[in-house]
Amino acid sequence: MTAMPVELDEPRIEEHNRPDTPWVTIVWNDPVNLMSYVTYVFQKVFGYSRAKAHKLMEDVHYRGKAVVSSGTREEMERHVATLHEYGLWATLQQDR
Amino acid sequence: MGDPATGQVTAGQDAPDTEASRMTTRFHPVPYGGVRIEIDRDDATLLRSMAELLLRIVEEPDQQDGLAALVGISESATRPKDPVLARLFPDAYTDDPAAATDFRRYTENDLRRHKRENARRVVEALPAEGGQVLLDADDVQAWLKVLTDVRLSLGTRMGLETEEDVYALRAAASRDESLAAAAHIYEWLTHVQENLVQAVWRQQG
Repeated sequence: MTAMPVELDEPRIEEHNRPDTPWVTIVWNDPVNLMSYVTYVFQKVFGYSRAKAHKLMEDVHYRGKAVVSSGTREEMERHVATLHEYGLWATLQQDR
Repeated sequence: MGDPATGQVTAGQDAPDTEASRMTTRFHPVPYGGVRIEIDRDDATLLRSMAELLLRIVEEPDQQDGLAALVGISESATRPKDPVLARLFPDAYTDDPAAATDFRRYTENDLRRHKRENARRVVEALPAEGGQVLLDADDVQAWLKVLTDVRLSLGTRMGLETEEDVYALRAAASRDESLAAAAHIYEWLTHVQENLVQAVWRQQG
């Protein structure tokens, strides 16, 4: 049997680990992957329209990186794993 | 990012002798997301050798690790020292080394198997004498990924880190014979991949 807890500490949530802050998947520019291919991968993996996928590809290309999806940490880890299958340079982090 | 349309043309040339104009491999969309490829013997041989190269670069997950074999999770995993492998298996976290290691432990073996399975699929689909290759929608995904992995491997080995490096490669290849062969294969693969993506898009309408 478990004893009743004597006292309850206030939950301490560190700033970088707040559960209500969404996580994001970031794709970084690289010199090898083709613009057409990257656009296609965004369509295929996320179901984005060709126009939206193309816009995101341009953001990656001209700004060096772009947030391509957001959600829970687990979802973003799945997205990153899938993008690595396609050879894209993808990382995840908590949105800041 | 790479773009064969601009990457190929040298300023001042009216009709550049591009890889695209010499390309003998043809891509035709077919229903349900497939693509029919016409490929000659030399190109089939080249593509097969590149997929086989990938199978040598991406080794099988370590079978000595019983735990890994059983549950697909490694006891430990670190970022590969070899730049090619580091690019094929990048860190998932840039700001959290412990999380990056954990992610690698849980996913790298699966990613290894996935890349090897794709490469085997390409090797097996290519007829020794060349000819027609009919890819279904799943084959197309495997081919796109293998073309990417081979280009990433070649590009990393040739030191392509920026888009300017890609433009400089052509000039360097014209002076350096040892680089010329690899650069030629790289450009050819670029066009194969571009044509495959365009064929998939044509099929989608």
